[in-house]
Amino acid sequence: MSIRLRLDKPWRPLTHEEATRLPGQLGVYQIADAAGTVLYIGQAGARAPFGLRSELQREASERGPGCQFRIEVNMQYRSRWFELLMVHRADHGALPPDNARNPPPVLGRLSPA
Amino acid sequence: MDFEPSSEQQMLIDQVRRYVREEIIPLEAKLDPDASELPPEDFKRLTEKTKAMGLFGIDIPKEFGGPDIDIVTRTMLAIEMAQHRAGLYVPCYGTFGGAGLAQIFEANDDQKERYLYPTLRGEKKAFFGLTEPSGGSDPARAIQTKAERKDNGWVLNGAKIFISNADRAQYGIVFARTDASKGRAGITCFIVDSDTPGFHVRRVVHTLRSSHYATELEFKDCWVSDHQVLGEVNKGFAVANDRLTRQRIPYAAGCIGVAIAAHEMAIEWAKMRTTFGEKLANRQAVQWMLVDNEIDIRTARHFTLEAAEKARRGVPFRTEAAIAKLMASEGGGRVVDRAMQIHGGMGMTKDLPLERWYREMRIRRVGEGPSEVQRMVIAREILGSNLR
Repeated sequence: MSIRLRLDKPWRPLTHEEATRLPGQLGVYQIADAAGTVLYIGQAGARAPFGLRSELQREASERGPGCQFRIEVNMQYRSRWFELLMVHRADHGALPPDNARNPPPVLGRLSPA
Repeated sequence: MDFEPSSEQQMLIDQVRRYVREEIIPLEAKLDPDASELPPEDFKRLTEKTKAMGLFGIDIPKEFGGPDIDIVTRTMLAIEMAQHRAGLYVPCYGTFGGAGLAQIFEANDDQKERYLYPTLRGEKKAFFGLTEPSGGSDPARAIQTKAERKDNGWVLNGAKIFISNADRAQYGIVFARTDASKGRAGITCFIVDSDTPGFHVRRVVHTLRSSHYATELEFKDCWVSDHQVLGEVNKGFAVANDRLTRQRIPYAAGCIGVAIAAHEMAIEWAKMRTTFGEKLANRQAVQWMLVDNEIDIRTARHFTLEAAEKARRGVPFRTEAAIAKLMASEGGGRVVDRAMQIHGGMGMTKDLPLERWYREMRIRRVGEGPSEVQRMVIAREILGSNLR
């Protein structure tokens, strides 16, 4: 059994149209710039009116053109979100810039093999 | 035995009940349904409040600055503290503080200075590293992590799994085999700082709890000095075992608290909801579910307080703790399940706390010793300790 730590799906353009096609489910997502550098790791929790769809629609509206995204439908959205943040920090030495501006109060350390 | 609260106990219960209803539940309504932490400013404000109530650090022994509340009363309060959405695993979001790991009170003076006191002051957090991929229910035999003598210390090699908070803690208590020929008499308990070379938090282990995760640890040529041995070499299992027994009482109390909250919701809903021209509360099928809830809760409460009372008196309570844990985790699961059934579709949604309790309550039948181990403990008592 392989354990997938990182999101590795292909990037999709962050547009309102693309976001509208997403499921209204819970999960996590990443936003990247045009070069594929991760800018933000987010979660679509149960307070989001339409889960991933409404979160990515909001991201598209706020960020404008030029960004990309990828998602993972996941009922364990909170623990998966923490995991992605920790893995990113282990891989890059820092949180994605938009997470670093408002980090979670307590974030653990991970040193994935 | 009568476990009705005394007037002093009732006063404390009322105080905590008000705190949960007036401070925690309104705040919780704004959080993600799976959240396990409060915003830092709310945590600080509420912690000040529990200190002002004189109830902060409720599990800390008096000689270490705790509020000197006996274990029966603490159990009654733990039942109250759990009665909110996150209450099963994070009662009141930790605003009542805690004693940390019970084992660290066994530390020598030097270790107390370095670990216990900073933990009690809230400066350090700890993890408990017992369970391994080879098994958790029978740690005395399952532990394969080795500690070998080297340079006035020990070199640890091995892995641990289902370890909570290891990624956030400053140190942990780690059990390792120091004598392969001696079974449970060959295990030693070590204090390992999280920044020790060779200590790695390898991955997150996702469970039914979305709000929280466990971790998998690796020890790779992780050297710790003799000063890091907690207690005596080859006597670590007794340290672990004592903790496992004691922990079962508050563990049971949390299950009871959540069961009471779910039961109260179900009663309220049954009185309010009408189907086919009749209140649910008037239907025998629903009444019987509520009656079964009541019986499960009362039974679990009785046995849990009985275990606490024996612990308070300083007499053996291993069997009673096992019964309490068994009754509360299994009964609590049934209560939440019935409450969901009474609520119908709404009970399945994240709009209500029932679905979170349902997922988390399922873990309680496995955590802190599964039901089967509790039954084994009880069987040994009634059949004789020489049974294998």
